[in-house]
Amino acid sequence: MSTIAEKKEKVSVPFDYNKYLRPNKLPHIWCPGCGHGIVLKALLRAIDRAGLEKDNICMVSGIGCSSRTPGYVDFNTLHTLHGRAMAFATGVKLAKPELKVIVITGDGDALAIGGNHFIHACRRNIDMTVLVMTNSTYGMTGGQYSPTTPLDAIATTSRYGNIEPPFDACEMARASGATFVARGTAYHTIELERTIHDALVHKGTSIVDVIDACPTYFGRANKYKSATHMMELIEKDGTVNVKQAEKLPPEKLEGKVLRGVLHKVERPEYCEQYENLIMQKAAAKK
Amino acid sequence: MAITATKGQTGLTGNSAVAYAMKQVNPDVCAAYPITPSTQIVEDFSGYVADGEVTTELITVESEHSAMSACIGAAAAGARVMTATSSQGLALMWEMLYIASGMRLPIVLANVNRALSAPINIHCDHSDSMGARDSGWVQLYSETVQEAYDNVFMALRIAEHKDVLLPAMVCLDGFITSHAIENISLLDDQEVRQFIGSYSAKASLLDIEGAPTFGAMTLPDTYIEFKRQQSEAMTRAKDAAIEVMKDFGKRFGREYGLFETYRLEDAEAAIVVLNSAAGTTKVAVDALRKEGKKVGLLRPRLFRPFPWQEIAEALKGAKAVAVLDRADSMNAFGGPVFSEVRSALYDLDSRPRVMNRIYGLGGRDYKVKDAVEVFNEALKAAETGRVDTLVKYITL
Repeated sequence: MSTIAEKKEKVSVPFDYNKYLRPNKLPHIWCPGCGHGIVLKALLRAIDRAGLEKDNICMVSGIGCSSRTPGYVDFNTLHTLHGRAMAFATGVKLAKPELKVIVITGDGDALAIGGNHFIHACRRNIDMTVLVMTNSTYGMTGGQYSPTTPLDAIATTSRYGNIEPPFDACEMARASGATFVARGTAYHTIELERTIHDALVHKGTSIVDVIDACPTYFGRANKYKSATHMMELIEKDGTVNVKQAEKLPPEKLEGKVLRGVLHKVERPEYCEQYENLIMQKAAAKK
Repeated sequence: MAITATKGQTGLTGNSAVAYAMKQVNPDVCAAYPITPSTQIVEDFSGYVADGEVTTELITVESEHSAMSACIGAAAAGARVMTATSSQGLALMWEMLYIASGMRLPIVLANVNRALSAPINIHCDHSDSMGARDSGWVQLYSETVQEAYDNVFMALRIAEHKDVLLPAMVCLDGFITSHAIENISLLDDQEVRQFIGSYSAKASLLDIEGAPTFGAMTLPDTYIEFKRQQSEAMTRAKDAAIEVMKDFGKRFGREYGLFETYRLEDAEAAIVVLNSAAGTTKVAVDALRKEGKKVGLLRPRLFRPFPWQEIAEALKGAKAVAVLDRADSMNAFGGPVFSEVRSALYDLDSRPRVMNRIYGLGGRDYKVKDAVEVFNEALKAAETGRVDTLVKYITL
């Protein structure tokens, strides 16, 4: 029987985030109310839970608010060009297949300017985990509409409402050949940690679309009362876990976005196939 | 939010002034993608579009690669086309910059100068537009908000000039000019319309009768002739620029030339520098002149085509010239402005000593004391006839 004090100790030991951070690079640049910090914390806990060594991780990013993440973490980090994170990450993974490659990107970065790289990484099923922080906004440049901005939403470039239909990052990843596709939100932080963990331990291209509202631009432009109000409406009320969804009647699912692991299959991983081919050809030559 | 500006003196940032100039031009098409520090140009402009103050089709595409591609498509269809970008945005347009000039499409682009990655930096230097200096675009540089605003109209006229038909780029310094509010004088819409005139493309994809083709395959039997024509057009762009700037001065009272000189006539030592750093340098010129030192400034405005004869003529009286570059060519032989100026001076019978100082990369401040130090070095070279260090980084 453990004492109350011991029990208390057990449940209240705070997670040591600093172990994975570069404290001298903090504070971060994210706005008050932005969920990027919550997503980063979930990612660090998931990394810890997966038992990954920080020197064996390479985090790659492009440009945008989410892409500032590698600056704050004590891994091997590569901050690259707008849209190109997955292309750079492909190079890293091919050169050092033993590294755990994690790409941190946003919806504008991954799905607009970098859409080409996104679909081709998925198609190859190269082993990397990609977190797409979807806030439906170009936050860093002032709130332009992005490829995930809902129809009719207001952005600095759609004053009368957006007329471009949005992408569903998960549908796109699945159609492109990704072998692990999931969605989380900054609101469901414990679930998000679990989802990211499952993505990290999956072999192949794992895509996690993280709905993560931008109160500064999207929120203000679309008249959300506060960051929390926005999180509740978009992330909490606007989504439903895929397992719960199975039990719900269709009318209850109308307009809801599914969370959790949406697609998981096993398919040969690109680096392994590459290696196998080399070994086969080398063996045939002997 | 669109800026409501009226004629007369008003305070605007460089970006808002360029956006306002675009509004007054009212181009047929603008395709753009956001990038710091130029974003505000298209943001303001999208306000004008939303408010129905222009009839422009604004296309917010998914990358700068697509932005310039859409601009080219629209221009080939006979539209008057404008856009804006910076740094990596211009770099991502690279392929298309050559297509625009090769197809002889008079697109006007405002480039808010920002350093190129890596490492990432969002602040001012000229590595973006200097990298594009051989892409066949006319390049105009601007010291102030007023000049950036005025240059937009002049760039358009030069680009669309019947003897030119080349795309043109207006460059202004990121943050220093793009985000600083300056007092500027705006033109009437009517004055702008009269100055720029209406645009009718010489060849258009919408011309069903003529059915022209753009960018078709040319093999060794014809390619070089196309390039020669393009090169000759660039040569003619200088005369077109002189004509356009003269007309601008006559109409609106603001006189511009191929370059600006400041107290250069009897100067023994001169600095050659682009854009906003010229303002700082002028303060240093005045201070040193008070001490009796004969110093002056030459600020190129038209960098492409490069008016080498005129610049050599203007600098020939100086004993020493320090060329300041806010970009490095990484050739171990100085920056791009230096190479051009030094080459221009070669044919003079008696040449000034020339040195190159690379300054202000990635937005590092260039202060009056930096200009004074350079002048002192140049004065020493003027006196001794010797340059100790040809190329050197300053403002470190």
